[in-house]
Amino acid sequence: MADEITLWISGHLAEKIRLHGAETYPHECCGALLGRDSSAIAGVDPEKDVLMPPREILSLFPLVNRRDDSPRNRFSVSVDDVRAAEKAASQQGLEVVGWYHSHPDHPARPSEYDRDHAWPWYSYIIVSVQNGAPQDMTSWRLNDDRQEFSPEGIEIRHRAAV
Amino acid sequence: MPVKVVIPSPLRPYAGKRESAEFQAKTVGEALGHLTTEFAELRKHLFTEDGKLRSFVNVYVNDEDIRYLAKENTPTKDGDTISIVPSIAGGCF
Repeated sequence: MADEITLWISGHLAEKIRLHGAETYPHECCGALLGRDSSAIAGVDPEKDVLMPPREILSLFPLVNRRDDSPRNRFSVSVDDVRAAEKAASQQGLEVVGWYHSHPDHPARPSEYDRDHAWPWYSYIIVSVQNGAPQDMTSWRLNDDRQEFSPEGIEIRHRAAV
Repeated sequence: MPVKVVIPSPLRPYAGKRESAEFQAKTVGEALGHLTTEFAELRKHLFTEDGKLRSFVNVYVNDEDIRYLAKENTPTKDGDTISIVPSIAGGCF
């Protein structure tokens, strides 16, 4: 469903995600992506309104990885953290449109564990951190049948539209 | 007055973009049954193949987690609000 979808994000926010991954290395970092999805805005047809980005990240909500037992290869966001992220988004007139996390010393590709725990619709940004240095950053969306992720293009914009 | 089920953003595309739906139901399980009957595409995102709620799907009745009540047998009454709240997890291998 999602192979032609593109995610817009500013270079500044993309860099913040990469830095968060470097800060928590060798543990996984995580956080919420706050933004707008034009398909959820009444009266907007994303296929016809080419000036409206399909989905745009306008703010981040960094979170603490709650997986104390295995933070090098797992991350977890508690329900309270999800609710806090949703509240923060709402206060900015935005919504939670996805989540980011890092893969320390692993490629920026979703694992089977990622897929098994994923929700549809959300964008899942993954940044690979090799030896403490952030490398590739990718974004993914779970397919409707839950069988696999589709890659989502990341378009870096100097200044995101508001 | 029926029971209201609040549908989270990621599941709205499978529920006609609805933010909530209302059903007559005596338990949480009954309400979720009505929800996934009306919107069949929701089912695989809420339940495993053997019919159990997925571990990262959290259900609340008026802000009370049903895991600490009677789970899906938690009784509901008119005017109650059932919220489906995601928890998020993943990892590199």
